[in-house]
Amino acid sequence: MSTTTADEHHDDHHPSGIMRWITTTNHKDIGTLYLWFSFIMFFIGGFMALIIRTELFEPGMQFVDPQFFNSMTTMHAIVMIFGVVMPAFTGLANWLIPLMIGATDMALPRMNNWSFWILPFAFAMMLSTLFMDGGGPAGGWTLYPPLVLQTGDAFPFVIFAIHFMGMSSIMGAINVVATILNMRAPGMTLMKMPLFVWTWLITAYLLIAVMPVLAGGVTMLLTDKFFETSFFNAAGGGDPVLFQHIFWFFGHPEVYILILPSFGVISSIIPTFARKPLFGYSSMVYATASIAFLSFIVWAHHMFTVGMPLAGELFFMLATMLIAVPTGVKVFNWVCTMWRGAMTFETPMLFAIAFIILFTIGGFSGLMLAITPADFQYHDTYFVVAHFHYVLVPGSIFAIIAAVYYWLPKWTGHMYSEFWGKTHFWLSTIFVNITFFPMHFVGLAGMPRRIPDYALQFSDYNQIATIGAFGFGFAQIIFLGLVIATIRGGVKATDRVWEGAEGLEWTLSSPPPYHSFTTPPNVKGEWNWFTHQHYETVKTRS
Amino acid sequence: MKDNPIKHSLRYSLLGGLIALFSLDVSADIQPYNMTEGVTQISKEVFDLHMLIFYICCVIGIIVFGAMIVSLIRDRKSKGVPPADFHESVLLEFVWTAIPFAILIGIAIPAAKVLIDMEDVSDSEMTVKVTGYQWLWHYDYIDHDVDFYSVLKTSRNEIYNRSEKNENYLLEVDNELVLPTNRKVRILITSNDVIHAWWVPDLAVKKDAIPGYINQAWTEIDEPGIYRGQCAELCGRDHGFMPIVVRALPPEEFDAWVLQQSNKTVAGSQGSSISLQQSNKTVADSQGSNASLQQENKNIEQNALIN
Ligand code: HEM
Ligand SMILES: [Cu+2]
Ligand SMILES: [Cu+2]
Repeated sequence: MSTTTADEHHDDHHPSGIMRWITTTNHKDIGTLYLWFSFIMFFIGGFMALIIRTELFEPGMQFVDPQFFNSMTTMHAIVMIFGVVMPAFTGLANWLIPLMIGATDMALPRMNNWSFWILPFAFAMMLSTLFMDGGGPAGGWTLYPPLVLQTGDAFPFVIFAIHFMGMSSIMGAINVVATILNMRAPGMTLMKMPLFVWTWLITAYLLIAVMPVLAGGVTMLLTDKFFETSFFNAAGGGDPVLFQHIFWFFGHPEVYILILPSFGVISSIIPTFARKPLFGYSSMVYATASIAFLSFIVWAHHMFTVGMPLAGELFFMLATMLIAVPTGVKVFNWVCTMWRGAMTFETPMLFAIAFIILFTIGGFSGLMLAITPADFQYHDTYFVVAHFHYVLVPGSIFAIIAAVYYWLPKWTGHMYSEFWGKTHFWLSTIFVNITFFPMHFVGLAGMPRRIPDYALQFSDYNQIATIGAFGFGFAQIIFLGLVIATIRGGVKATDRVWEGAEGLEWTLSSPPPYHSFTTPPNVKGEWNWFTHQHYETVKTRS
Repeated sequence: MKDNPIKHSLRYSLLGGLIALFSLDVSADIQPYNMTEGVTQISKEVFDLHMLIFYICCVIGIIVFGAMIVSLIRDRKSKGVPPADFHESVLLEFVWTAIPFAILIGIAIPAAKVLIDMEDVSDSEMTVKVTGYQWLWHYDYIDHDVDFYSVLKTSRNEIYNRSEKNENYLLEVDNELVLPTNRKVRILITSNDVIHAWWVPDLAVKKDAIPGYINQAWTEIDEPGIYRGQCAELCGRDHGFMPIVVRALPPEEFDAWVLQQSNKTVAGSQGSSISLQQSNKTVADSQGSNASLQQENKNIEQNALIN
């Protein structure tokens, strides 16, 4: 814990310029670093996606070699998952958790610095493999052996990069747990914490549980390739399917790592703009916890076609279907929060509403995929591609964008331009659907995923998807411009920013002081922003 | 091709967008958009399950999104109504946990029935062993003396846009897998190198081909015809170029075909140079690895136990 100076507004002991960012242990600086890193990786990963979509614009091979195409799909996924969504959430956690629980900073500031600065090196290493002999990794982000063992010189670098990413996430997660459990303001009981804090606490436990599993799995790949072990080599008595079990034991909780913090974001935004307390706070907490629990016992739904015993298939089908129940509870609670509220539709609210609708569509296709006999037809087709893009793009990414709009005035002290925000929203929402909705159709019609060329009957929908992808990509440039403009200046934001905003972060100035709460706020007694406190605000207003 | 993909794609991307707008206009016939019903009992049952769960999702969607839209229109601050303050209801939470749960059980039962049928390979009348290679398939009619390789037939000129693409572009092979209709065929699936997946949508069969494993599936085709599928597990560079074509013949014609083929094999006239190379490689491989053979046996036993 860095000791805090009495003067909140200037920091004499702090280096300036680039060294400020390299040596910083401040949760806001580190949060900013994470968010910018994620934003840059978003454009890199997006660029790869556009290479993929360009090649898929028409049947026939036009622009790239199939091997390079495969390495684009592989890298795109790794960049988006480990380089965009996870760092963005960690950035939000860094910025917001201390503000929300009334702490000065994160509990482990030096480790915080370390966990961020590993990332640029990990990704530089991974991206550099594109220029190596044999090209980048091209076996898919799922890294299935034996195929992945055919990777050229890139192989050990990719494995080490994944190790680094894993270490970074584990450290970030430990920091989150330590902060939440130790640094809450007096009176802030667990069941008074904002849902963003709750969802992150649970996510952090998921991370700590499964990142080491991934690390173990990829290390076994490494020794299989270089040290003559045969974990996954059938000819040596090993088992290639074992890797898939290990990978998905990590992988399915991982997809919830990619969505739970979004649930927290949406649960903050909807009540603010509906001017009504979150419906079913405690059921939201329990639903998040049950999703996290269930996420450990459904992994083999990614492996229905590997030829599991019937009993296994039945079990994983039922367990997967069960996950839809707590997920449904969340959606119902959000709708009920809006019900009989007094809504306004600023940009964060628009993104949050789009999140609920489009994420639910992704949930529906998830439910369809859970039905094992039907999954035999859906598996490894564009239907699956549509499913996970619906939960990840208008799901996780929209939630991250909504969070940025929602808290940007707090972070920068300036209001962003609603006009450009709304333009960004409408373009993103329209194009994201143009891109991903047709993928359901080509998938059902029989187009496998991860192919660089396709039969003629899939042309139309692929063309539509490609147009949508370019539209979506260009819309994000508006977002970049808007964020930069807001940092530079704009209408001064009030402390509270939004009329209906509740929570400790809104009691600080905008932007907040460098060290957040030098004296912990007291939230003992009746004080509760989900009910009482909110009620007071409404009464004084009307 | 490979040396400058990024520059290429940049140059063409804008152009592509423009072309897209025009060609969309022209292509009036929008292509299939739903799962195939297929040509087997099982594929039809799978299709019905797919439609059932789809309609259930639609109904839930209409209710949830409907409520949301009502709220979005009605509950606006601009209407001047102060917000309500309710924030909890144990009854509601119970209801919207219990009802979805009941619905799910309702789907799980028919789904489990179909699944049990799909996994029941007993009483099959013949067996074909399918082996995946990078990037072709090998078919072995175990009860007859027939085996051959099956390779993509589409020419490189078509793939690289130097000539017109034919209607079965990328879905055509030199030697089709010929199967009888109205006979239960057991399909054993394995691989010689990396993991592939053998998938023919019209048969609703998709099974991974995994080295060291022999997976089983079965099919009984109702109608004669040609059914096309593709490899459905990323298997390297040419994963997109190893299609599957099944030609279903009436039983008598099938028997005649098998007879003719096994004569051919005996005469030794079968096999292109590529197939020969490949089969030599296989022989060498399997000699070198007793372990993998053992493994295969073990898996056959396991599968036998399950069924
Ligand atoms: C209602 C909840 C959900 C259910 C029932 C569900 C079910 C499934 C199933 C069965 C698959 C495997 C499909 C296949 O390969 O055949 C799948 C794939 C996938 N899901 Fe979900 N899912 C749900 C929510 C989510 C969420 C919230 C995310 C992430 C934000 C997610 C991300 C993914 C990804 C990334 C894949 C593909 C992985 C790959 O093969 O590369 N899903 N889902
Ligand atoms: Cu999963
Ligand atoms: Cu393949």
